[in-house]
Amino acid sequence: MKQTGTLREMRPTLIFAFLGIVFMFLAPHVLQLFTIINLTTAIALAVLALSLALIWGYGGILCFGQVAFFGLGAYVYTMAAINFGGSTWAVLVAIIVTSAFAAVVGYFMFYGRVSDVYLGVITLTVTLILYSLLRRTSGPEYKIGKALLGGFNGVSSPPINLPWDTRTLLFPEHIFYVAMGALIICFVFAGWLVTTHFGRVCVAIRENETRAELLGYDTRAYKLGIFTIGAGIAAVGGVLFCNGVGRITPDVFGLYNAALTIIWVIVGGRGTLIGPIIASFALFYLTSALGGQSLLNNNLVLGVILIFFVLLVPKGLAPTLIDWVGARRKGGPTRTRRRNPRGTDA
Amino acid sequence: MPHVTPQQKDLPLDLVVAIGLQLIYGIAHLALISIGLAIIFGMMRVINLAHGEFLMLGGYVVVVSTNNGVNIWVAMLILAPLIVGLIGVIVERLLIRWLYGRMVDTLLATWGLSLLLIGLVTSIFGASTATTVAPPLGVLRIGAYSSSAYELFLIGVTIVLGIAIWLVLKLTKLGLVARGTMQNAEMASALGVSTSRIYMITFGLGAAVTGLAGGLLAPVTGVLPNIGATYIAKAFITVISGGASILAGTAAGSVLLGGIQGVVTFLSGPTFGEVGLLLTAIVLLRLMPRGITGRFFRKSL
Amino acid sequence: MSISRRKFIVGTSAFALASPALMGRAQGSDKIIFASILDLSGGLDIYGAPMAEATKLAIEDINAAGGLLGREVELKLYDAQSSIQLYTQYATQAAAGDRAATVHGGITSASREAIRPTLARFKTLYFYNTQYEGGVCDFNNFNTGSTPAQTVAKVVPYAMNKFGKKVYIVAADYNYGQIIAEWMQRFVKENGGETLGVEFFPLDVTNFGPTINKIQQAKPDMVLSALVGGAHVSFYRQYAAAGMNKDIPITSTTFGIGNEHKLISAEEGNGLLAAYSYFEKVDNPENKAFLERMDAKLGANRPTMNELSVRSYEGAMLWAEAVKLAGSIDHDPVWQALRSGLSYTRPSGKLTIDPQTNHVIQNVVLAELQDQEFNILESFADQPPSDTAMVCDLVADPTLSTFYFENGLAAAGIK
Repeated sequence: MKQTGTLREMRPTLIFAFLGIVFMFLAPHVLQLFTIINLTTAIALAVLALSLALIWGYGGILCFGQVAFFGLGAYVYTMAAINFGGSTWAVLVAIIVTSAFAAVVGYFMFYGRVSDVYLGVITLTVTLILYSLLRRTSGPEYKIGKALLGGFNGVSSPPINLPWDTRTLLFPEHIFYVAMGALIICFVFAGWLVTTHFGRVCVAIRENETRAELLGYDTRAYKLGIFTIGAGIAAVGGVLFCNGVGRITPDVFGLYNAALTIIWVIVGGRGTLIGPIIASFALFYLTSALGGQSLLNNNLVLGVILIFFVLLVPKGLAPTLIDWVGARRKGGPTRTRRRNPRGTDA
Repeated sequence: MPHVTPQQKDLPLDLVVAIGLQLIYGIAHLALISIGLAIIFGMMRVINLAHGEFLMLGGYVVVVSTNNGVNIWVAMLILAPLIVGLIGVIVERLLIRWLYGRMVDTLLATWGLSLLLIGLVTSIFGASTATTVAPPLGVLRIGAYSSSAYELFLIGVTIVLGIAIWLVLKLTKLGLVARGTMQNAEMASALGVSTSRIYMITFGLGAAVTGLAGGLLAPVTGVLPNIGATYIAKAFITVISGGASILAGTAAGSVLLGGIQGVVTFLSGPTFGEVGLLLTAIVLLRLMPRGITGRFFRKSL
Repeated sequence: MSISRRKFIVGTSAFALASPALMGRAQGSDKIIFASILDLSGGLDIYGAPMAEATKLAIEDINAAGGLLGREVELKLYDAQSSIQLYTQYATQAAAGDRAATVHGGITSASREAIRPTLARFKTLYFYNTQYEGGVCDFNNFNTGSTPAQTVAKVVPYAMNKFGKKVYIVAADYNYGQIIAEWMQRFVKENGGETLGVEFFPLDVTNFGPTINKIQQAKPDMVLSALVGGAHVSFYRQYAAAGMNKDIPITSTTFGIGNEHKLISAEEGNGLLAAYSYFEKVDNPENKAFLERMDAKLGANRPTMNELSVRSYEGAMLWAEAVKLAGSIDHDPVWQALRSGLSYTRPSGKLTIDPQTNHVIQNVVLAELQDQEFNILESFADQPPSDTAMVCDLVADPTLSTFYFENGLAAAGIK
């Protein structure tokens, strides 16, 4: 019984995953080569969006520094891949080290009862510390094993190789398949996670932490759990990102990227997983397209679009679409979960 | 890269005074760039990511108006707060007022606003604008050392500004109503206070104070469309570390973070000064999860 | 997963077969694509905006002279928005999508390092037209900007002669600043001087009070500055506000290329020394004509032309000369033409490509700032890129693709 219930609940997730698989095999035949290569970067950012969608949208943790885990994953992967001379273990090490780092930061925060915007500031500050420190690591003395950190200019990242043959490196156009596969796996995993008991308790904590605590749940442990898992997913994104760009530089930890991650989730809609993914793709396309024109200032256009968006689509993309579809299907208005009116715990 | 510092000899008095002045200036500087944000966050729970751009606009008002022959004091002390305050009111009416109670959405809206303002200023004035503004006060000699008299002036302005805000909050009807709204908006509304008007005035005031700060910093910093980004993170961290009380919070946050940054900068250079500031903020928020004024000075403004 | 794994291998081998066709330039299209990737928004736009204008002018001039090989040249200008990730994206798009004949651009070394491998892979000629720390040794990458052995080596002895031998160095805290500071210390030492202190600043520092105290404590004869970007403009202002510019003069190898001399008032900047391969007052008829056309294009309030923007113009012209010489836009003939001792004269003077390093032998000019304008003090003709030449020999091995100074001079085996 429980099995079928989970399946039913996961139906939308599986439908999107299926569409993703179709896209994965169709796109290289339809799109131009450079688009496929550049899509790896977009997919990497989508994984980052997914990770924040999980911990903020479902865990209620406003993490302003999700890029810290994304960037750390990329750095650890790069360092490990250079030292190991192969990528397979490096990917695992990146995920494990990043999750462990998140667990330490999370323990520090959740067991100190830090929450709300104060938590946002701590995570942002962690990000900015990584930014400041990594930026000054140019020079031969800053190295991990064989790998130099490279300071502001960053390090070039070894591409992923075939798991059984470290000498066969994948071309950027093939890393697209890896990236898309990873995104789909992370998406299905996250979609499954939120239907489990663990996921439900996390949502309960998001809705009302005190009530969840009175019901006997150790809310700190649950928050720490979802936070660590989210960081692990962000690390996967980071690994894909440095493969897409071919390089990792400290500017991933910058304030702009930190804010951008939050923006994807707001635009896509909190409380959904697909929304932020779509939003990250949309904004990726938008910024890329804007950079190719020189008629209007890019900041001006992007600013106007975001402002109109927040005024006209206040719930975010996915919830608005769900409402719209629901209204058409049932012939009457339905409403998605009402947002906390004060928004302070969001 | 070894960090080469000058030989540390015994500290003569004039050096101690010069360093002390720099420490106080560092704190005042942090308070000056944060106070406007603190007003808007403390009163309205709006995180204004366009705060850095309000500072930038204040600077541009000074640069553009002095280029057109306006006296620098008039530009800094009157025009900058007036124009940026006005922009603040317009922004509140057109944008922010639709978003009250949705703190997270104000993040998106004000981030959009920040990009819009950068784009607008770049489109009008180009990537950089020539200036004729120089620090209007002379050099302050401290024994063998010298400093800018203008820095002393800025320290004074910061203190006066703090007192002025305290007086407004404490003594005027507006202050009373604003404090009431700040503590419990629904209750204030039920008692017949027009919260909408209060919010408009508060946002305008916060913007005006920020514009004043930006204008005052124009003679000692670069004024460029993108310069806001260098201030926003520091201001944001200071305000949140300070906690919900506007004045006590900003003061406590600035003294602690600015003080530590200053000392670490003197000892081991500016990069570690910044890291020191950030680390302090983390430890602080761990020990006091609601900021300094969430634990101490709770009844203060 | 096993299906997709098999697909990787099949795909990989298919790619190996298909790649010559993919690499070929688009046939049939009669326009030659010239791509430029620069930061036109975000913190680096103070550098990028004038470079883009000069590039546009170069393409207009090429087309006004009848294009190249009878074909019109079309400029594809990309704004990387001060983001490294967008640099890689646009480089891929320009090389694989637009099939550009050449890509020019990149401002920071980080951005150059991000796009260099991409363009090498697609065999698209790449020009980096910015002054930088030296050390790039890449068969496919032509670095037309000046390097420390050209500018720092000239201005340091000049300034030491003029102001004194005790020096305090302030620099931006990233690779460029750190490496330039190493070069500065080296040249100070070589000229019998002494470095009293070196201090590095993150790019977003706006309060320089503590440093000014330290400089007062150290009492140097002059300050050497390699500060970068909008926030660091504050240093010069606060330095002047403390009355220091009268006592201890500043010499810089970064001041002015971001329009800094207009961002501080005349009295704050007067007396500052700088060295580049170009200033607006370089005296030759072509430069006059170049500036007049810039005036006509952008109006009297246009940004000052500096080495970066003039070199963007000249870089495009160098490439155009090579295309004419080669009679083709294909990679290999143009590459050979570029490395055949090709030179182009004006507006900054004569530029000759050095085939050993793919850098440029160029004039170096020292100038002093007075009333927000640089007045020329001294010129040095035909300065070679001897720093890069210490580590790089593309004549001996034309397949190299390395950035030797990436991790400092010590890592490159220098000193």
